[in-house]
Amino acid sequence: MIELQNLTIRAGLFVLEGIDLQVETGCYAALMGKTGRGKTTILEAIGGLRRVESGHILIHKTDVTDWSPADREVGYVPQDLALFPTFSVKQHLEFALRLRHWSHERIESRSCELASQLGITHLLDRGIEGLSGGESQRVALGRALSFNPSVLLLDEPLSALDSATRNEMQVLLKAVTQETGVTTLHITHNQDEADALADCSFELQDGQVLQC
Amino acid sequence: MTDQTNSSTASEHRIELKQTRRSDTPFFVVMGGISSCFVLLIVLLLLADLRFASLAEFKAALFKPEIRFAFQLTILSCTAAALLSIWVATPLGYLLARYRFPGRTLVDTIVDIPIVLPPLVLGLSLLILFHQPFFGWEIEEWFRDDLGFPITYRWPAVVLAQFSVACAFAVRTMRVTFDQIDPRAEDVARTLGCTRGQAFLQIALPQAWRGMIAATTIAWARALGEFGPILVFAGATRMRTEVLSTTVFLELSIGNLDAAVAVSLLMVAMAVVVLVVLRLLGTGLTS
Repeated sequence: MIELQNLTIRAGLFVLEGIDLQVETGCYAALMGKTGRGKTTILEAIGGLRRVESGHILIHKTDVTDWSPADREVGYVPQDLALFPTFSVKQHLEFALRLRHWSHERIESRSCELASQLGITHLLDRGIEGLSGGESQRVALGRALSFNPSVLLLDEPLSALDSATRNEMQVLLKAVTQETGVTTLHITHNQDEADALADCSFELQDGQVLQC
Repeated sequence: MTDQTNSSTASEHRIELKQTRRSDTPFFVVMGGISSCFVLLIVLLLLADLRFASLAEFKAALFKPEIRFAFQLTILSCTAAALLSIWVATPLGYLLARYRFPGRTLVDTIVDIPIVLPPLVLGLSLLILFHQPFFGWEIEEWFRDDLGFPITYRWPAVVLAQFSVACAFAVRTMRVTFDQIDPRAEDVARTLGCTRGQAFLQIALPQAWRGMIAATTIAWARALGEFGPILVFAGATRMRTEVLSTTVFLELSIGNLDAAVAVSLLMVAMAVVVLVVLRLLGTGLTS
């Protein structure tokens, strides 16, 4: 469950005040709104990447407002994906697991399982250079889901894809999130995308999050 | 009739366009002319040096024990100064590139001071720093008497003088390097479980290796060319604090022009090697 209580976030001159939002456990929520309204800022605040001026962020009823991103156990896929240029695809899937000191066998098994689920087994030993948009998206998704986070944050994950790949990724996203039961908050501009994926939708309008 | 008129108008228009077509030749002549003046100057300087020194004189000069000592000390001190520089420049460049903290502009300005300061002034400042008593305590005295490791007018002063200037250039290079690396990857790494330190070491640093090699090379090259601070802070004592840049000065001061030119050519060769390494790395000196 993701809960934002009366959140105020300041990013330079841009301010978001009194943000309230509640996404139930296991729910796939879409957050829509025009460009520059602060959707990404909210997502970054939930992930711990942006300082909150006041208010509270609760993940599964635990107040994580002052926690570091590392402690929140939140999977995050930024809009630009931000893949690690010096890593292979396999290293992307294994990175979070190594940080958690998983055994070699568990890491191997988890990365193979993820790769198979996302259809990137044939790419495991490749670097990220030359990956297509859809392949990069799958790697970023796999990296974010690798450590079984309870919350997944997706920042316009499908916006840069062609329509065929977008449809394919929508099916994959739906399947993976349903299978894992991860609580998902997905930022999008696309109403069709929200309709196809989300159990509930929110809109950021005039600095307020409204349930659609 | 109308078709004929149209065709004739179009043809006239083409002729008019051809007559007024502008040429890029003056652009290339002016730009190439100005640029080639500088390139020609450097080439002529090197050719003049080469023409001045014969191979026999070059060999004779390089086999002199004091010049061999200066060569060895130069290699060692430049390497030490470059390694110290990259050790300091990497974290400092990262902090300046990534964080907005109070006094950041001041730190940024202070880092640049050795670049703009006249070299002799830097040497003099080092000398004063090491011999200025602070409430009855003196840095040089402490190093010499308590640690048994005198600095001033010894080889460590050479390294310190070279480091003071070289590090500033290394910091600039590392800052540009980290500026060019997308911080989003480090943010994502933090959500995956990294501390800021781990994100720096495991995500940012592996991407910065080219910049680190470029910064080390630039620091090494700057250290090679240092003369003023070394002369003031370390002196130019033969077989003790003499590096190649001071050798040129010492040989000139005793009227041995052949040896001075031979050492100069050796330094040119070393500089060329450094520049080739930089170009191969594809980073260029402009950063």
